[in-house]
Amino acid sequence: MRKSLLAVATAAALVGAFAAPSADAKTFKWAFQGDAQSLDPHSLNETFTLGLLGNVYEGLIRRGPELDIQPALAERWEILEPTKWRFYLRKGVKFHNGNDFNADDVLFTAERTAAEGSDLKTRLAGVKDIIKVDDHTVDFVTETPNPILHYEWATWYMMDKEWSDANGATAPTDVTGGKENYATRNANGTGPFVVQSRETDVRTVMVPNDSWWDAANKKHNLTEVILTPISSDATRVAALLSGEIDMMYPVPVQDMKRIDADANTSVLAGPELRTIFLGMDQTRDELLYSNVKGKNPFKDVRVREAFYRAVEIEAIKKKVMRGLSTPSAIMISPFLFEHAGEFQRLDYDPDKAEALLAEAGYPDGFEVGMDCPNNRYVNDEAICQAVVAMLAKVGVKVDLLAQPKAQYFAKVLAPKLDTSFYLLGWTPGSFDSWNVLFNLIGTPDSDSGRGKFNLGGFSNAKVDALTLEVLSETDAANRNAMIRDAFTELHNDRGYIPLHQQGLAWGKRANIDLAQRADNQFMLYYVTVN
Amino acid sequence: MAAFIIRRLVQSLFVMFFVALVAFSMFRFVGDPVHQMVGIETSLEEREALRERLGLKDPVIVQFGNYIFKVATGDFGVSYQHKRPVSDMIAERLPATLELALISAVLSLVIGIPMGVYTGLNRDGFLSKLFLTVSLVGISLPTFLIGILLIFFFSVQLNILPSFGRGGVVDLGWWRTGFLTIDGWRALIMPSITLGLFQLTLIMRLVRAEMLEVLRTDYIKFARARGLTNRAVHFGHALKNTLVPVITITGLQLGSIIAFAIITETVFQWPGMGQMFLQAVQNVDIPIMAAYLMLIAFFFVVINLIVDLLYYVVDPRLRIDTGKGNGHG
Repeated sequence: MRKSLLAVATAAALVGAFAAPSADAKTFKWAFQGDAQSLDPHSLNETFTLGLLGNVYEGLIRRGPELDIQPALAERWEILEPTKWRFYLRKGVKFHNGNDFNADDVLFTAERTAAEGSDLKTRLAGVKDIIKVDDHTVDFVTETPNPILHYEWATWYMMDKEWSDANGATAPTDVTGGKENYATRNANGTGPFVVQSRETDVRTVMVPNDSWWDAANKKHNLTEVILTPISSDATRVAALLSGEIDMMYPVPVQDMKRIDADANTSVLAGPELRTIFLGMDQTRDELLYSNVKGKNPFKDVRVREAFYRAVEIEAIKKKVMRGLSTPSAIMISPFLFEHAGEFQRLDYDPDKAEALLAEAGYPDGFEVGMDCPNNRYVNDEAICQAVVAMLAKVGVKVDLLAQPKAQYFAKVLAPKLDTSFYLLGWTPGSFDSWNVLFNLIGTPDSDSGRGKFNLGGFSNAKVDALTLEVLSETDAANRNAMIRDAFTELHNDRGYIPLHQQGLAWGKRANIDLAQRADNQFMLYYVTVN
Repeated sequence: MAAFIIRRLVQSLFVMFFVALVAFSMFRFVGDPVHQMVGIETSLEEREALRERLGLKDPVIVQFGNYIFKVATGDFGVSYQHKRPVSDMIAERLPATLELALISAVLSLVIGIPMGVYTGLNRDGFLSKLFLTVSLVGISLPTFLIGILLIFFFSVQLNILPSFGRGGVVDLGWWRTGFLTIDGWRALIMPSITLGLFQLTLIMRLVRAEMLEVLRTDYIKFARARGLTNRAVHFGHALKNTLVPVITITGLQLGSIIAFAIITETVFQWPGMGQMFLQAVQNVDIPIMAAYLMLIAFFFVVINLIVDLLYYVVDPRLRIDTGKGNGHG
């Protein structure tokens, strides 16, 4: 008995050893620090989940390596009236299961996106009606003119109506349902890769889709892709150095040198779209966490400017971010707004900061509590600690509370808004300034949802008016001018203290070529293994 | 005997109930799960609605009651993050953790006991001193550091062992095992050493101390006087009498190996329950946290039960006076 078991074990081991892939198979192994939560394309609006799914599913449009808008499942589109857009769907596109892609699938996807449990409802915000003109033409009717209707549609993925109906996946996964949705672990898109097997958090295997509509222009040479999430930073770095994986991200900033020093590996670094900034409570009459009683020092623009000038951004870039950041003067990535270059940060000037504080009535500074996440952004806690030290130099004593994101967001986000001074990061999902103006800078207003993430309650009526106009202005030059005016207002009011664009750092083996997108989405169809 | 076992299993239900109660009263402090479940652009109303649907707005005691009621019917809920039944997820992850824990425990016993006996018998030997010095390292270095050092030496420098994962696994339908492939065994080496090193050290030191103690007792002198061989004295009489505390400690440690595999699993990206638990904590995935804690409590109870049964096997005295054995008070 024991012998036969041993024989089975040996045989199994031998099979494992000899089943190694042949020489010309291009298996690409990569790791991220976590895994996509679900394969359901409508259950979570989060970069990595949507980015991974972007290899399997596709939207009506897609974004190129420079984030330029390209036609995808829609061949072209036109604006019939200011509130009516017509999309011409690509013909001959097939889902992985062989079904045709047509207008019914678009209508079905729209319905699914609006259903309970969907986290992508904003993709169709302001869309009043969707009309099927024929099998390959769809009209979208909006409430007001919306020049950026399709900006976020690169991650609004089309699903097959028949497949979803057949598998009971007509609505997005809902945790309260008590049972698993078929689409959570199975995918049927039109994209360049097909999910072959999936074990959440352990291993996801994809193979190329030979009947992809864009196969003629494909840039990759992969035959198999294996994603293994590795959460520990040190292990992820070790796996790349030892050659067990071909690519991984994010690279911890302290390990960048080490990876670059190895001849077989290198770091690909670039600016990300996320802006990191400091916000201040400008609403309450008395700060929740401060020794100043009876008034709120942050209501005084001089105090806000003093804080701004006390932060030495170059020191943060050099010491904390090890060069992996771009100081910003504006609340959106310069990549996404053409007038961004006209803005300049206030100079670092601790003497002036002290003078401003004295002028505002705080010659000896004051005490304030600060909230900071410690596992959300690149070196978030270290940035806050640096800020604390810098403010101490001008006499402001900051009491720092750094917490994991789960606790941090529960504390600072609405409805609690339990903070006086905080660090936050923001990437506009639409890659457009209106998103920033509406969510971060507009006066909080629960009816319209404006200022949902304006945690400090910065308020400027002119900015609010401009934001409303920007929404429906279709002339690009006018629109950009209004956006510039709004950002100028914010800058003059010192409403926020923008810090930097944090950097992206991907690590790869020397024989891998790939394209790094500034939105941190990793598209496998740009990968070649040499 | 059967009554004893049944009594213990019923006790385990109470233990699990209390663990769940304590866990639930703590969940309020781990953060808000809703912020981890939706994207940043989701509106406040939708967040509130989701909170409502998840029952997070009910008082803790109501949430706990609902949970216990569901668990009693075998429903452990659906993971907030993965949107899959928690029982399925645990069933998938359990084999990885148990295989790792088993190999670590075997390793620590198979190496720890002989080392302990040797150092007990040859107190001043060079090897004994070496073992004791090395064991200090095992007891004083934190687990994650040992793991990372092993990875950097054997994976990055020498490139002979995999730095993460389970290697090749064979799916037996109800159990994914890494025992059937060479890859799987190679992947086991570093994690099991990392996880077992502390236990190994502990067992070695325990056996050594017990051996020293027992070797001084009278019955060992009598055994020698009877002219028994060293082998019979050391292993037949001395070692056997050191085993009761060793079994107790090993049992308790096996529980903690399973429970505290969390760190080792994270360092080696070992797809077990511990790693799943840690991610659940970060994401405030309450159903997974609750189920995991209850499962671990259950393991501890069962392991203690097995330990108690083993006493009967190794210690004949317990077998003789089971009837009046409760008289000690």
